[in-house]
Amino acid sequence: MVPVLCYLFILLGVSWYVGTLQKGRSFVTEYFLADRSLGGFVLGMTLIATFTSASSFLGGPGVAYSTGLSWVLLAMIQVPTGFFTLGILGKKFAVISRRINSVTVTDFLYQRYRSNAVVIGSSIAIIAFFIAMMVAQFKGGAVLFESLTGFSYEVGLIIFGLVVVFYTAIGGFRAVVLTDAIQAVVMVIATVTILITVLLKGGGSTALVDVIAAENPLMLDANATARPTILSYWVLVGIGLLGLPQNTVRAMSYKDTDSLHKAMIYGTVVVGFLMLGMHLAGFYAQGVLEGVPANSDAVIPMTVMQLLPGFWSGLFLAGPLAAIMSTVSSLLILASAAICKDLILHFHPRKSPSDSNIRAISIAATAVIGALTFLFALDPPNLIVWINLFAMGGLEAAFFWPTVLGLFWKRANATGALCSMIGGVGTYVAMGQFGINIMGINNVCFGLLAGLVCFIIGSLATKKPDKEVLLTFFGEEA
Amino acid sequence: MKDYKAKDFQALNKQLKKEAIYTCILYALFFIWWYATAYGFADAPQRVWGLPLWFFLSCIVGWLFCCVGVTLLVKCCFRDVDLNAYNIEEIPDTSEKAGEEL
Repeated sequence: MVPVLCYLFILLGVSWYVGTLQKGRSFVTEYFLADRSLGGFVLGMTLIATFTSASSFLGGPGVAYSTGLSWVLLAMIQVPTGFFTLGILGKKFAVISRRINSVTVTDFLYQRYRSNAVVIGSSIAIIAFFIAMMVAQFKGGAVLFESLTGFSYEVGLIIFGLVVVFYTAIGGFRAVVLTDAIQAVVMVIATVTILITVLLKGGGSTALVDVIAAENPLMLDANATARPTILSYWVLVGIGLLGLPQNTVRAMSYKDTDSLHKAMIYGTVVVGFLMLGMHLAGFYAQGVLEGVPANSDAVIPMTVMQLLPGFWSGLFLAGPLAAIMSTVSSLLILASAAICKDLILHFHPRKSPSDSNIRAISIAATAVIGALTFLFALDPPNLIVWINLFAMGGLEAAFFWPTVLGLFWKRANATGALCSMIGGVGTYVAMGQFGINIMGINNVCFGLLAGLVCFIIGSLATKKPDKEVLLTFFGEEA
Repeated sequence: MKDYKAKDFQALNKQLKKEAIYTCILYALFFIWWYATAYGFADAPQRVWGLPLWFFLSCIVGWLFCCVGVTLLVKCCFRDVDLNAYNIEEIPDTSEKAGEEL
């Protein structure tokens, strides 16, 4: 308990310090984009801390516990996504967002498509899906807190929920990314701790695997998870992540290309370690855990409780808590930017960019969304992983093509982008709603396919983008 | 609107397209390694640290492969670019200066 409280205080301290730095800069760029100043280490760590969430620390390893190594194989699909996102979008986004002075992804989409309908569609998608994802993360965090400290769900939620909302509201994007970097380090320490603990307890890797294989040989089978399912994860947690606003916004926020190059390397090394380490720990837990966990999310907390003495289990708790808080803070600041920058400031521009109103609105928007999410989480919906994946697929269906084709296809226009958002999300949600599933392939693949078809038809059926837009984005008119 | 840097910006876009393609190639290579080793060696009886060979090759070696690959990618294929050199707001200023020089 003590280590966790100290840790939360450190995070608040960082945010407080960052808040005092805000004076005298362009507030919006500072609060929502840290003045485009991230270095390589911070950029790499914030990118992976954002997509390393409750499901990578609790849900995923829990499934690896019951399914075996084929689920670890699935988790490793996420290893190259960090460099993939930055390598494809990183520089182009950085140059263009400076060229048009955009602060959010929606901002970028507006400049590219010059359409208020796109602004509204993308803001709604961000706000709705992000709140759903945050509720799921909050729930994961509070359940974890409950199981490890004995405090009630509500107390857990209040303690760490308030901390994350508070530090995000005060410190803005800069506090989010700095705390992300700290949290990534904490996650690495937690992963090392649990992996070593499980291996020591089980008498080493070879002995553990033998025990597990004797019990259930399927645990070692690569084909234990159906191949179409596992392959469709290459879209859901692989290529599709290219479209997520919480990833792409980071491509606007770094300082120079050297930072980008370093971030690609650091990110790949660290995310690979986290995914491999945590999921393997979940798999190995099959050989050492006594008793049957209530659900897959309980596997890791139970293992920690059984194997680690009090102080160390408190230190470990900081790991998944860090994964959750870093994801929530990143979503929260973007949801706030969607309301404040993309809806309020876009439709009611202020004369001066240092207007003190803007500061008040931004901080208030962050606090209000945080409080709202907190209230939803008090009466929580079930199945962390499911909600999380549903929201993620929806975001991918909404943003993938408008972002990627907007950057690389000159002919892309507003009609195409709108059709793609509506067609993609519509297909994805409808299939989920009616329980349609083809060969175990994740529905996001069909959502993206529908989005692509709608985009191309919509764009080709209507006229080319304006000359001015083409000059801004491609440096040429046709 | 006369954009005196249009040529530079087009050249930059070409370079960035190249970098995007190289990134896709590395991504595809990782996918092939991941798939081929996981399912190609699925029935191999050998074990490394108790773990089946397919797992060792696909997940552990695959991760290392990815780390080396991305390091080579940014060292050999990626170029440093001045991110601020293409800002549009600077265009009117510089065209005036160009006029003075003439």
